[in-house]
Amino acid sequence: MATKITDNTIDYIAALAKLELTDDERRRAAEDMEKMLDYIHILEELDTAGMAPAFHIFPVENVFREDQVTNGEGREETLRNAPVEEDHMFVVPRTVD
Amino acid sequence: MTREYETVIGLEVHVELATRTKIFCGCSTAFGGRPNSHTCPVCTGMPGALPVLNRQVLDHAVAVGLATHCEVMRICRFDRKNYFYPDNPQNYQISQLYLPICREGYVDIDVPEGVRRIGIHEIHMEEDAGKLIHCEDGKRTLVDYNRSGVPLIEIVTEPDMRNAGEVNAFLDKLRLIIQYLGASDCKLQEGSMRVDVNLSVRKTDTAVLGTRTEMKNLNSFHAVSRAIEGERDRQIALLESGGQVVMETRRWDDGAGRSYAMRSKEDVRDYRYFPDPDLPPVHMGQEYLEKIRAQAPEFPAEKMARYREEYGIPDYDIRIITASKHMADLFEAATGICGQPKKVSNWLMGETLRLLRERNMDAQDIRVSPRHLAALVELTEKKEITGSVAKEVFEVMFESDVDPVKYVAEKGLKTVGDSHLLRSTAQEVIAANPKSVADYHSGKEKALGFLVGQTMKAMGGKADPVGVSGLLKELLQNGKTGA
Repeated sequence: MATKITDNTIDYIAALAKLELTDDERRRAAEDMEKMLDYIHILEELDTAGMAPAFHIFPVENVFREDQVTNGEGREETLRNAPVEEDHMFVVPRTVD
Repeated sequence: MTREYETVIGLEVHVELATRTKIFCGCSTAFGGRPNSHTCPVCTGMPGALPVLNRQVLDHAVAVGLATHCEVMRICRFDRKNYFYPDNPQNYQISQLYLPICREGYVDIDVPEGVRRIGIHEIHMEEDAGKLIHCEDGKRTLVDYNRSGVPLIEIVTEPDMRNAGEVNAFLDKLRLIIQYLGASDCKLQEGSMRVDVNLSVRKTDTAVLGTRTEMKNLNSFHAVSRAIEGERDRQIALLESGGQVVMETRRWDDGAGRSYAMRSKEDVRDYRYFPDPDLPPVHMGQEYLEKIRAQAPEFPAEKMARYREEYGIPDYDIRIITASKHMADLFEAATGICGQPKKVSNWLMGETLRLLRERNMDAQDIRVSPRHLAALVELTEKKEITGSVAKEVFEVMFESDVDPVKYVAEKGLKTVGDSHLLRSTAQEVIAANPKSVADYHSGKEKALGFLVGQTMKAMGGKADPVGVSGLLKELLQNGKTGA
C-alpha cells in the first residue's frame, strides 16, 4: 500500500517545524515519509483485538523523585548556551508586537 | 438587548503547586532567585536530559481532584505539546492530553437562586514556562528560566457558568479548597493562580452554543468580572450589528477596560501532541488514593461547625476567619495558647482586617505569629498595657512580628497605675485647664473626657483611661471642696 505525501502536507509540516526546504529536500522528505508510513501500515495489519493497550514502550511505571532540592546554582552552566546574554538572561528577538 | 442573550462561560484555571522543587528536576522553585539561577539541563531542555516526576506534584494533584469530586484515573501519562517560543527552550511543554490525572468532578457554589453545581471537565499536570521580559528599546526580549518547569495543574471546567458572579463564587470556592489542602497559595496578583475565561453568548431561545473567545491576562477577581462583562457586551454588539464572533484568544487590558485580539505569528494551532517517551506512565492504586484522601484537612464547612461548638464566637467572625486557611490556623493556635477565642478574634476582625485593607494585602500575608498574638491578648487582659498602646504594638507586630512582651519592656509602654507620676500629671492637667475644670463643676460631663484625654496624652498613652477618669474625678472633687 503506497502512501502519497502531497506538497501541501510537506509545506504544512515544514511550516510547523520552522524549516525552509529546497525543492530537492522537499522531494526527499516526501519520499522518506512515504516509506515510514508504509512501514507503519504493516504494523496496522496486526490483530490487536483483546490486547491491553501499551501505555509505554517499556514495562515501567511510577518512577518518582522526592521533593528535595538537589540542584545548586545553575546559572553559569545554563548561560553557557546563550549566544547573547544580558543581565544574566538570554537575549532573543522581541516576541511581541 | 442583553436580556435576550445568555452568556456561557467555562474556565481554564492554572494553579502553581506548592513544592520545594520543580516538576521534573531538583531545581528550587523559590520565588525571587537571581535570573536563571534555578536552572539545569532538564528545565532548560538540553538534549539527553531525563525528566523524573516529583512525587509531591502527584500528591497535590490527586488531593485537589479528590476534593473537587473528580474521578482520579487509574493510569495517567504525560504528552508533549509542541510549539516554538523562547519561553520554552524544549520546544515542547510537558503536559497531559490523552490520559489526564482527573476527570469529571464538580464544585458546588452558592448563588442567589440556591446551589449551583459547576462541572470540572478535567485536571491535568504540566510544567510552567520561563519568564519573558521585553526591553524598552522594542527590539529585544530577555528570558529567565527560573520558572521553567515549576509544577502546575490546569483545572478545566465545563461551560456551566452564566455570569461574573458565578465565576467569582466558583473561583473563591476553588481557591479556598486548594489553600486548605496546602496545594498552592493561589494568588492571582502574583500569578500562582491564573484564570483564562472562555466565553460565548447565545440567544436565550436556542440551545446551540455560540462561537467562543478565550480571554487571558486576568490578574484579579475584579479584572475577571470586568473582562466577562466587557466581552459579553462586545460579542452581543457584534452579533446585533450583523457581525460574527471569531474564535480567538484575546488579552484583557484592565486599565483600559477593554480587550485586544492577540496577534500571534504562529497562527497554526497544531500542537502535534504525542506521549512523552521519557516519562513512564503513573499507575494509581486504591491504597494510594485512600492515603491521600485520609490526609485531607478539615474543610471550611466542617471548620465553621466546629468553631460554633468550640469557641462560641459570632457567626460573622467565623465566616471571616475560616475564609482563609492561614487566618484560621493563626486563630486556632493563638487561642490554644491564651484560651481567649473572642479576644483573639477581635484582633483579627478589627486591627488585622483594617491593616490588610489599608495595605491592600491578602489574609495569607499576615505575618503575626500565634505566640505573639496570644502574648498581646494576655498583656491586655492583665491590664499591663492599655488598649491604645496595644493597638500601637499590634501595628508593629503586623509589620515585623515582634514579641510584644519584649517590645513593651524595651519601649517602656507598661501602664502606669495610681502612682505618684500619674497623680502629679493629673494635677498639672487640672491646673493648666481652668476652663474645663469650671465646665466640669458646672455639670458639663464632656469636660471630664477632655481632661482624661489630656492626661493620657501627657502619660504617652501608658495609663489606664478608666483609672485616670476616676483619679481626675477624685482630684476635682477635692479641689471643689477645698480639701
